[in-house]
Parts: sequence; structure tokens; C-alpha cells
Amino acid sequence: MRELFESTIERVLSDLCTSDLLREAESGEWPVALWRTLEDNGFPLAGAPEMVGGADACWSDLFVIIRALGRFVAPVPLAEMIVGNWLLEQSGLNARSDILSIASESNLTLVGARVSGELRQVPWGRFADSVVTLANDEAGQLNVVLLDVATAERVRQGTNIASEARDQLSFSSAAIVMSALLPAHLDGDVLLAAGAMVRSAQISGAINELLVMTASYAGERKQFGKPIAAFQAIQQQLAVLAEQAAAASVAAEAAFAGADQGIPTFSVAAAKISASDAASQAAAIGHSVHGAIGFTQEYALHNLTRRLWSWRSEFGSSTFWSKALGKHVCAAGAEGFWPMLTNPELQNLSITQK
Amino acid sequence: MSISEFSYSAIPADAEQLRAAVRAFLQDVLHDYPAEKRAYSWMGFDAEFSRLLGKKGWLGMALPKQYGGAEASPFSRYVIIEELLAAGAPVSAHWIADRQSAPLILRFGTEAQREKYLPSICRGESYFCIGMSEPNSGSDLASIRSTAKRANGGWVLDGQKVWTTNAQHSHYMIALMRTGDKETSGRHGGMSQFIIDLQTPGITIRPIADLAGGEHFNEVFFDSVQLGEDALIGEEGRGWDQVTAELAFERSGPERFLSSIAVIHTAIAAIGPHPDAFQAREIGKITARLLTLRNMSLGVTKQLSEGKNPAWAASCVKDLGNVLEQELPEILQGVVDEQPQVVGGSAHAKVLAYLTQMAPSFSLRGGTREILRGIIARGLGLR
Repeated sequence: MRELFESTIERVLSDLCTSDLLREAESGEWPVALWRTLEDNGFPLAGAPEMVGGADACWSDLFVIIRALGRFVAPVPLAEMIVGNWLLEQSGLNARSDILSIASESNLTLVGARVSGELRQVPWGRFADSVVTLANDEAGQLNVVLLDVATAERVRQGTNIASEARDQLSFSSAAIVMSALLPAHLDGDVLLAAGAMVRSAQISGAINELLVMTASYAGERKQFGKPIAAFQAIQQQLAVLAEQAAAASVAAEAAFAGADQGIPTFSVAAAKISASDAASQAAAIGHSVHGAIGFTQEYALHNLTRRLWSWRSEFGSSTFWSKALGKHVCAAGAEGFWPMLTNPELQNLSITQK
Repeated sequence: MSISEFSYSAIPADAEQLRAAVRAFLQDVLHDYPAEKRAYSWMGFDAEFSRLLGKKGWLGMALPKQYGGAEASPFSRYVIIEELLAAGAPVSAHWIADRQSAPLILRFGTEAQREKYLPSICRGESYFCIGMSEPNSGSDLASIRSTAKRANGGWVLDGQKVWTTNAQHSHYMIALMRTGDKETSGRHGGMSQFIIDLQTPGITIRPIADLAGGEHFNEVFFDSVQLGEDALIGEEGRGWDQVTAELAFERSGPERFLSSIAVIHTAIAAIGPHPDAFQAREIGKITARLLTLRNMSLGVTKQLSEGKNPAWAASCVKDLGNVLEQELPEILQGVVDEQPQVVGGSAHAKVLAYLTQMAPSFSLRGGTREILRGIIARGLGLR
């Protein structure tokens, strides 16, 4: 399944995710044809059960889809939708086929079947039909809730560095579409952790593409009578970029590999830290090797680097996750350090929901 | 090269189940082994400890049973060695033999050579060193000048090796020597590997004190050293290829990122259970880097277990790992208000003092940073 997913999504995205499409998306247009093609190929429901029309894929299979979304910097909430549908199914609710996003930053309260409060940094919020998030009910229990975006009292538009929509949605006693208690095997940080996990995979895909683009440019660009790739100073920078690409990819894949029994927050923390730090180094090296041409709007490098600069901060920055992980590790003491590193059952990191 | 070659691989359950036994053994045997000695990592020498491991069946594990091995998977060996390294166990005596010499002898040796050398490696009684660098040949290994010439139905060795770790404690050296003319056999031709009994007349070994006063590496002189025909290992003239085949084993293991783990342990103990934001950030980031390197290293182990030769991926692990090993004493001397101390001071102060001084060697031994990045660049098609 994994190979088929990867070849299919790469074909779709390489055909449709062109620089022109990215430019239109950044100016605020919804990529209708791209989304329809992704739907036609079943990707929004890839992780959902066959009963509801899904492909019942495990997270290790979904990894290659989400990494490809990063490689082609697809301007759609497919990663978010896969997470949202996974959480709905985990909670005993049916996966959705209309456009779905997630919100990890929520202060919603649920009273009866109505919610009030705010969702911040909702990826593609203005384009989504519905949003999955968590809300506290009157008994103080966390609920998974599905909200119709049309019921928001206000949508305040925001964008990240790459002009990707990151919107603020306010609700005032809005009727929910459906809800369920957050299942006992999931934690209140589930959307933050799942969001960080998919961003790590997207970052690794984007760094991978950045490496290919930069190595190829270095082989073509001639100075002092030879390709700049012939200079050791350039080779050493590209080697560091390759190391970072490998680190981000393996770290993200390891997190996905442990996700089928619930999001492995400890591995996700390591993945988001490694991927975010790799994003910083990779973007810097990409620009350094490209020189001035990489700084222009015309050349496609910025399609990758502006997203790397955005995604490294989303769903928790390297520093956010480092502080959480470090606190957890210190609490276990020196004796607990190595056993924790080598045994996922001892890694139960939990981030209190903000 | 493609990054997708670098994929994650979990440790299989049958290998994982060895962990509890080795951990219990180490807690028992090393219960009063102090932190400042654990900091020696794989430079800590203790022949008695190596023999104990041999009795447990944890040396030469991947070798066929007929030579004393356990025919275990590379992952089984991985579990054992990462537990040894994490505990700071004194593994230096057998380290090279177990990691490198035994697989080399199994792969390139004759049946007689296998029977002669492998069983005692598995028992933890036979120690090896690697003769590569020479006074004028470091990173440019192909420029070696020490020679082995055919004479009297055997070989005569002349020349000098340097920076040979553990030569003074080892029984054998596997050395790369020039056996053919450099002009006629090409840059990477004309070299062969030899197993040299270090008791042979004509060999002089002189330890070189390092900057911290320790003696790990040596100068080794060969003056008309007479060896039998069977000293040659592998094919005459193919020494370069044989050496290159070892490199992925040599460069992807956990000893390339765990050399400084002792200072993580002492730093966490010194910080205590309630770190401030700065301490938490530094410890958290270190934890993430370590976990990611381990996952990369396991990915390479998977490839090695499938018979592939992932040279560039191994170089990634070693370079990134060495950067972390070297940065650890730098970062962790800043997380608590304790100065490094060689004599006196806390466990953290002593470990910090030792590893601060050892750190420069981490990116020199086993291939320098620049050489590794050159290999990665070649994998990227840049050269």
C-alpha cells in the first residue's frame, strides 16, 4: 500500500502543484482542481475504515503521503484532514469527506450541544467546511467536537510566512455537528502532538526537495570556470544539508511508526525538534548555495524555504518541545534516562493543553 | 543517493529481549564502577570484563556457531553494544576485534584463518588493533608507504604505523600495507591487508601520551618483520576494497554518538528533577538528537543486515554523531554552576573535565569530519 500511495500522490502533486498554482494559492485562491484530484484518489479518507469509503491505512503508510505533501508544498489541509478523520474515528465518530481541518489551540467550552470560545491558528480554516477540535464540557471533561465553519461568529484571517491560511475562528453558542468524549487512551495534547507529527513529515519532505534542488543547482551553476559543486566549501555544506534531510526524515518516520496505538508524544517531540532544527539549517544552506537567484520571487527556492520557516514553529517549535521533553527527562532522573530512551512504554510524555 | 534509502527500522522483538539480561548483568558487575571511569566509554580497558562478556556469549555474536558465535542478527549485537556503551562499560579490550576484525576475517579469511582467530575473539581473549594511518598518511590513506614483500615463501614487513589505538594491549594488528608498485597499480591498487602477531620479532610499539595524559594510541615500527604466507588476509592487491567494505560497520554504530553519554547522566543528576527553562530546553534537545541518531543508526543496521553497503548513510551517522558527542561537554558545562575538575569535585565535574579533553578526538578517529562529508558529497553526485 505504501508504494502505491507514494507513487500516486507524487504523480498527482508533481502534475498539479506547480509554481503557478502556489502563486494563486498564496494570493488567496482555493486550488479546486488539486483538491478534487486528491479526493478522486481517496487521500482525504486514506486512514479511515473501508466501511466509510476509506483505505484503512496505518500511520506508517500515511507517512509517505504526508511527506510528499511537504515535498511539493501542497497548499491544502490534507495532512490536517487525515489527522482529523483519524481522531473522529478513534472517538467513535464517522470520518468526513468534506474539507476538514483541525485546531490544536482551543479554549472552547461545550454546554449541551453548543460551543463558545476561540480556535487559533486553524490551518486553512476559511476554506474548510468543518473543524475537529477539543472542548471542555461542564463536567470538566474533554470532548472531541466537530464544528461547522459556517457557524463561526467570526473568522479572522491570518497567514504564516508562506501565505498559508492560519485563521482564528470565534464561536458564540454555536451548535456543534457532533461530539464524543475524548477516548481514555488519548490525551488532551492529541491534536498538538498529531499536528507536530505531520508537520515533521512535511518538513522532511520539503528538506528532501530542497536538497535535490540545491545539489542540482550547484552542479549547473559555473563560477571560476567550473560548477560550484566542484568546490569543497560547497560540497561540505551540501553534505550537512543531506545529513539534516536524513535526520528529519528518520525522526518523523519513527514517530509515525509508533502512532497506531495512539500518538507517541515522546517520539513526536524528538521528531519535531529534529525536523524543526533541520529546517533552520537546511533553509540557510539552500539560500547560501543558491546565492542571489534564490532570493528572487521568480526562482522556486522560496516555495520551500518560506514554508520551512513557518512549519518549524507550527504545532510547537523546537524550543517548545525541547522544554517539555527536558522537563520530562529530568523528572525521570539520570537512572531513568537510558531506559526511557530505549523503551517506548516508559516514554509517556504528556503536554497539558494550552 | 536518495534519502528514502534512510528509512526507520525498529529493533526486532527477538533482539530486544536480550536487553533485560545485559542490563541486569551490567548493574551487577559494574555496581561500584564510578562515573569518571564510565566516561572512558569504549576506551576503558579491562581484559577480565571482556572475558566475562565472552562467557556470556555476547562477543562475536553474529558469527557462525562453528567459530564460537551465536549466528545472531546484527540487531542482537546492536542491543548488547548500546547497553554496554550506555553504561560506560570497559569494552576497549575486545572492541575492535568484535566490531571489525571478526567480520573481516569471516568475510575475507581462509578457513584456516577463521578457525585460528575467531573462537578466541568470541571468548574475549584475543584483542586486535587496526594499522592504517602512517606519519605522512592520515586522511589520505592511499598514500601509505609501509611495505610487505614476498620472501622465503612468506612476507617481510617494513615501515611504520601511527595513532594505532590499543596496539600496546593487542595480540594482533590488521594492517594495510603496500604490496604493489603505486605507479603501476593505480591510486587504490597495490595494497593488501595482513594479520600481524604483535609478538613477532622486529616489531616495536611505543605508546603516545594524549593531551590528558592517557595512553590510547601508539607508534608501531616494522623492521624486517618475517611473516608466514598465511599472514595475508583476503586477496593480494585488494586491500583498499576490503578496508572500504569495513567502513560502514565502523562508522554507523552507537559508539559514534554515545561516547559522551556519561556527561548526560551526570548533568541530569546535577540538575535534579526540577530543571529551569534553560536546563529543560538543553536536556530536551540533547534527548531528541540522541533519539534521532539512534534511529538513523538502526536504519543503517537494517541495511547492513540485508547485505548492503550503505557507506554514505554510515558517514551521515558518524558525522552527525560526532558533532553531538563533541557538543555535549560544551553544552553541559553551561547548564549547572560547576567547574570541570580533574581532581576533587563532583562526579559531573570529573566527567566534564575528562570528556572536554577527549572530545576533539571524536571527529578524528575513524575518518575526519571533512573526509566523511566528502563521501556524502560523492553520494550526492557532486564529485
